[in-house]
Amino acid sequence: MSTTDSLGWTGSRIASRPLVDKLHEWVTTVDHKRLGLLYVGYGLTFLLVGGIEATVMRLQLIRPHNDFIGPRAFNQMFTMHGTTMIFFVVMPIIFGFANYLVPLMIGARDMAFPRLNAFSFWLMAFSGLFLYFSFVGGYGLYGAGTAPDVGWFAYAPLTAKTFSPGHSTDFWTLSLLVSGFGSIGTAINIIATVFCLRCPGMTLGKMPLLVWLNLTMAGLVILALSPLTAAQLMLLVDRYLGGHFFDTQAGGSATIWMHFFWVFGHPEVYVLVLPAFAFASEIIPVFSRKAMFGYPVMVAATVAIAFISMSVWAHHMFTIGMSSGANLFFVLSTMAIAVPTGIKIFNWLATMWGGKISFAAPMLFCIAFLFQFLVAGLTGIIQSVAPVDWQLSASYFVVAHFHYVIVGGILFCVFAAFYYWFPKVTGRMYGEALAKVHFWLFVIGFHLTFDFMHIPGLLGMPRRIYTYEPGRGWDTWNLIVTIGVFFQAAGILAFAVNMIRSYSRGRPAGSDPWDAWTLEWSTTSPPPEYNYASIPVVKSRRPLWDLKHPEDPDWKYE
Amino acid sequence: MWIVAAFGLATRLPSSPTDIFAPVSTPAQSIFELSLLVLAIAAAIFVVVSGLLAYATAKFRKRRDDDGREPAQVYGSTQVELAWTITPVVIVLVLFLATARVIFTVQDPPRRPGALEVTVIGHQFWWEYQYPGLKVVTANELHVPVGEPTFLTLLSADTDHSFWVPRLAGKTDLIPNHPNKMWIEPREKGVYVGQCAQYCGTQHAKMLLRVYVEAREDFDRWIKEQAAAAQTNDSSSEGRRVFERTACINCHTVAGTAANGRFGPDLTHLMSRETLGSGVAPNTAENLRRWIRRPDDFKPGALMPPMGLTDQQLDAVTAYLVSLR
Repeated sequence: MSTTDSLGWTGSRIASRPLVDKLHEWVTTVDHKRLGLLYVGYGLTFLLVGGIEATVMRLQLIRPHNDFIGPRAFNQMFTMHGTTMIFFVVMPIIFGFANYLVPLMIGARDMAFPRLNAFSFWLMAFSGLFLYFSFVGGYGLYGAGTAPDVGWFAYAPLTAKTFSPGHSTDFWTLSLLVSGFGSIGTAINIIATVFCLRCPGMTLGKMPLLVWLNLTMAGLVILALSPLTAAQLMLLVDRYLGGHFFDTQAGGSATIWMHFFWVFGHPEVYVLVLPAFAFASEIIPVFSRKAMFGYPVMVAATVAIAFISMSVWAHHMFTIGMSSGANLFFVLSTMAIAVPTGIKIFNWLATMWGGKISFAAPMLFCIAFLFQFLVAGLTGIIQSVAPVDWQLSASYFVVAHFHYVIVGGILFCVFAAFYYWFPKVTGRMYGEALAKVHFWLFVIGFHLTFDFMHIPGLLGMPRRIYTYEPGRGWDTWNLIVTIGVFFQAAGILAFAVNMIRSYSRGRPAGSDPWDAWTLEWSTTSPPPEYNYASIPVVKSRRPLWDLKHPEDPDWKYE
Repeated sequence: MWIVAAFGLATRLPSSPTDIFAPVSTPAQSIFELSLLVLAIAAAIFVVVSGLLAYATAKFRKRRDDDGREPAQVYGSTQVELAWTITPVVIVLVLFLATARVIFTVQDPPRRPGALEVTVIGHQFWWEYQYPGLKVVTANELHVPVGEPTFLTLLSADTDHSFWVPRLAGKTDLIPNHPNKMWIEPREKGVYVGQCAQYCGTQHAKMLLRVYVEAREDFDRWIKEQAAAAQTNDSSSEGRRVFERTACINCHTVAGTAANGRFGPDLTHLMSRETLGSGVAPNTAENLRRWIRRPDDFKPGALMPPMGLTDQQLDAVTAYLVSLR
């Protein structure tokens, strides 16, 4: 098979052209696949940056009264780590995958608005660079510049001019404002693409689950990012035009900021986790060799999660002194979201049940995801009980819980997706042995860090402290947590080596290495610029299954 | 996966003075009992679901002698879906009702006439305590009687803070323009520690809490001493002169003198406190002198500036402050 020819933009045709030309093509591209790769590359770069920030914090906390870095630098580290990981790592990566996969999976040739797509990416790209410019602004790198230090949820009135003079908070708020517009642009684009560009025969009920989940994610982005963007504008009005929305010294309200932030912040968790569910929903069936169990129920659960997630935000605020009635409402809504989430776990389990499971790297990451997401969900239930949360809120238990969601849930699925679609994107297979090394290192590191991180929380250790007193019983746990970081870093290194080496030296993958069932596997690897020579026509949710099993096609049963 | 073991370990570690599983006060006790129920339910769900996952993973793996045929394709089952929808709904309802009961008992307790009322004011990065009606204002070390409820009104002078002494009660935030209430009812005498739990600025980490739970007669004696005027002795008048002529009095109060600042802790009975700088160091003459010379040595980012005093002035001011009993 002549794979070099089918490599398209990585092949010899472009390789012979000058570097400037190639770069120019990447900068001016409006192709959904290239923009997808730009998003993903951008997210991976910032993953390293955010990871370094996390490592610095863990080194500081390795023992009590450590003086590796001071309080100001530490506060900048956790602010930048949180902001970076949410807005400039996970968001770009999931948008990148959505960009790359959604048009391919619905048999389209591009997104609905290719230029809006490019515009959205560059908005996000510049906002991330702008945020990081804060490190060299002001006092420069030596004093960590004017990097923001108000925490990633930037509670008022700490962000007021009185308590945050200078420009550090401005970097934060402007950066999120701009990246918010980029996210809203991408969300509109995904929705328009899914509604308008599906190939003949692909009714809403026959879309791959990945497309359904990303459609729902896009809807949530519009609902959730808008209040955040509004709040950033209000904060700017406070800081520069004499407004008093959040300025408590002039009668403003600190709690209004909390409501604005968390009415974004909680749906945001689902913005990030729905695409992770999407990866699992494509990978688990293929590696179990079975159709997704309960497709309509999975779709219903997804939409239910999206709706309920809009009504749970104040469970981040059980300690701010809401009335008991309000607390009760948010307890119930938060517990309610466990029901559709549980249904999803059961359906994945039922998909594996009776199948023939093979343990290639994508499936390994998905199986670990199922266990870890179960734990993350259960610690979530524990905290939904408001009185228990009065103890656990803002403690290391919370930090452990949401890292269980974001790393143990989302990042594991993202790694699964990387390995699963790597052959499609590059035309080459990744190294399976090194991928397993990555998996085991990361599993060990993850559990060392985030299992043991729950314990200091139960023992009264609050988050966001740059040092702690000896004699609180926190020392050993913090040491173990820090040790885990090095295993995770080694895992990431194995991942990076694998990706880079396989990109040039992997064995040719062919168009359908996993014997999979969705449309993207019917075109070449990597897909040509126009995706499909002729627009495909589908009759079921698994068009390639129908093709491979004409005697027993899906459309007879759906 | 190790989390169950981790929970088990954590509950059996008696060594932490801030263990949420070692309650000594009514609200903390109610939360503790509820948390046991919640943990039990969560652990049961974990065992069942992870057991099923592990079983499926092991049982349905592709065998070496696989015939290469696809397994039977199953598209779903309404009965099964209903079963795993209704079961969680029932669990959620049970958990919700148990939670509701504790929310009402902890959050809306009956007011008891004559119970001690204390106003807690959060500052960057220390705690102010006012005992209205008892004419007592102190800082960083809260004294309350054992076996009686104490009601706290929580205010903030600047940013958000949170009052968290895990063995006494769950945390409640101190938010400017948003007065909050909480209560404690300690059963055992002792000193209970905790710290600010809502990020409030540079020195959030060293905004420590100490609550002294005392027998009623000891508490009454403490109140009487605190309500008395400051004792000043003549031998330290040099230090008093330095204190009152530099900026110290802009921020600190010494009752009965010219010093009536409000930004920093009340120093009227400074030496009755065991710690300095909101719990960062023992309150000794030596530490006090170091603190006055450069607060950043203990607490970089603390709002008290170094005053640039000479050694002689430092000695004098320290001597004066040590006399404030």
